[in-house]
Amino acid sequence: MSTEAAKPPPQANVSIESVLGVQQHNVWQRIAGAQSFWVTVALILICVVMGYLQPTSFATTDNFFNITRNFSFIGIMALGMTAVIATGGIDLSVGSIMGLTAVASGLTLEAGYPAWAAIVVGLAAGGVTGLVNGVIIAYAGISPFVTTLGMLAIARSCAVVLSGNRMLYKFGPGGPAFKALGSGALSITSTLQLSYPLLFLIVLTALLALVYKMTSWGRHVLAIGGNEHAALLTGVPVNRIKVQVYVVSGLAASFAAILAVGWEGSAINALGVTYELLAISAAVIGGANLMGGEASAYGAFIGAALIFVIRNSLLMAGVDSNWQGTFVGVFLIAAVYLGKIRGAKRE
Amino acid sequence: MPILELQSVSKHFGAIHALNEVDLTLESGEVLGLMGDNGAGKSTLVKVIAGNFPPTHGEVRIGGEPVHFHKPVEARQKGVEVVYQDLALCNNLSASANVFLGREIKRRAGPLRWLDHKAMAKRAGELFSELKSETRPRDLVRQMSGGQRQAVAIARTRLSQARMVLMDEPTAAISVRQVAEVLDLIRRLKDSGMAIMLISHRMPDVFAVCDRVVVMRRGRKVADKAIHATSPEEVTGLITGAIHAA
Repeated sequence: MSTEAAKPPPQANVSIESVLGVQQHNVWQRIAGAQSFWVTVALILICVVMGYLQPTSFATTDNFFNITRNFSFIGIMALGMTAVIATGGIDLSVGSIMGLTAVASGLTLEAGYPAWAAIVVGLAAGGVTGLVNGVIIAYAGISPFVTTLGMLAIARSCAVVLSGNRMLYKFGPGGPAFKALGSGALSITSTLQLSYPLLFLIVLTALLALVYKMTSWGRHVLAIGGNEHAALLTGVPVNRIKVQVYVVSGLAASFAAILAVGWEGSAINALGVTYELLAISAAVIGGANLMGGEASAYGAFIGAALIFVIRNSLLMAGVDSNWQGTFVGVFLIAAVYLGKIRGAKRE
Repeated sequence: MPILELQSVSKHFGAIHALNEVDLTLESGEVLGLMGDNGAGKSTLVKVIAGNFPPTHGEVRIGGEPVHFHKPVEARQKGVEVVYQDLALCNNLSASANVFLGREIKRRAGPLRWLDHKAMAKRAGELFSELKSETRPRDLVRQMSGGQRQAVAIARTRLSQARMVLMDEPTAAISVRQVAEVLDLIRRLKDSGMAIMLISHRMPDVFAVCDRVVVMRRGRKVADKAIHATSPEEVTGLITGAIHAA
């Protein structure tokens, strides 16, 4: 006791400079605090368990090829969705944008134009639809939910009308090149193949992660979701960026549609029905916060992967495939609930 | 020459005269307390100076030059910085990101430009240590105390060549210990030659840091006195209207 008292009192002010360089959380704490990390852990666990239970059907290179290709379409849509969700918005029209893109590209191919023209027309269909969404939301001040719900109906009905409600498959000379984009694969070994959609997803995920981390655009997107009024007062071009995120989401959905049409070899106006649910779920399961301000590219990737691995596992476990919607829905609600608990802990 | 001059500035919203013929000057290194009851016209006055909207009549001069602002960004370009009552911070971003929001430091190579996190964290750290605030640039604002959040909002005003800072109720919603911290921050800004306008309801804070006090009532300026020539009792009387003018 007396020796304690003899020591000089601890100095409070000396520490300012030394404290400034310190981060409150080390790298491990930051990783463990991310929802996408725990989703990754869950995904690995499921794969290990399924690989043990179903070594001849689940843990095969064929199954790997199929799952990774299937979740790539949703993953690419979910990447675009993260930008919208990060601003505190939502895009319900992405499924319908897929249908519209499929028809636009399909008609271009049937008319005999080359593959690149069909890709440009398809992307334009999604980009313009996203632009309309964004302009209405940012400048007319209609809520994202209402605007994109309306667009869900509008884009789908345009797709049905444009296609004459028929399947488009008599692709002209551009057909083979266009189909290769979605159905092609890169052979790693004699049995292991990586589909082109998966490769696109990986590249786009890395690109978007860089954009979030390293550009002022990415930072402004997150700032708008964090405090839109503050972003406006500090000179962030809020309306312009809001328009841009819906364009990005529209472009992502139409790129996913181009790959899906290439894989299926035909274009139908019903492509992407209810896919908005999957894209939003993937983004949210990966840690995107529907209140805005939080989203990650890797989260969209891993969220989409988890949904499809679970679907695949359920099928192999012999569960009726009609139950899949129940599982996706439960996961979406559970992910939002977990995010809520994490949010309450932080405040 | 005063940094800020207002000459018979009025602001009308339809039939409502929120500001009536207000004259005001502010010198560098001076802390001016702006007081008044709710609806007296303080916020309108601040918004006119900060560029949220132009005055209906009258002239605003900054550094002797007449200005016509339509957006807050325009006022900022002329060296007018505002610390808003809600601080205008993004809780989901780091202190450094908030300080540099809208004017990030970037590195470039050809057409590519990317954020220079290191330079921003370093500069933000320098600003915090100038303000003697224990605020870590890389921490999220969400986890910070009221005093630290004030420091982030004030550090933001130190980035550019600001000449005056408007502070809207900076001590309204924080603890007693943090109030002392914020008043210290204001004194440091003053020592660096900044002109400061402090909008506050808290009499002790105004008398602790201000050189001069201006009282508004019903859109008019009813008093403009050196702080040692007045008393809290007189100011209270002026705010409520018990004393007509001084």
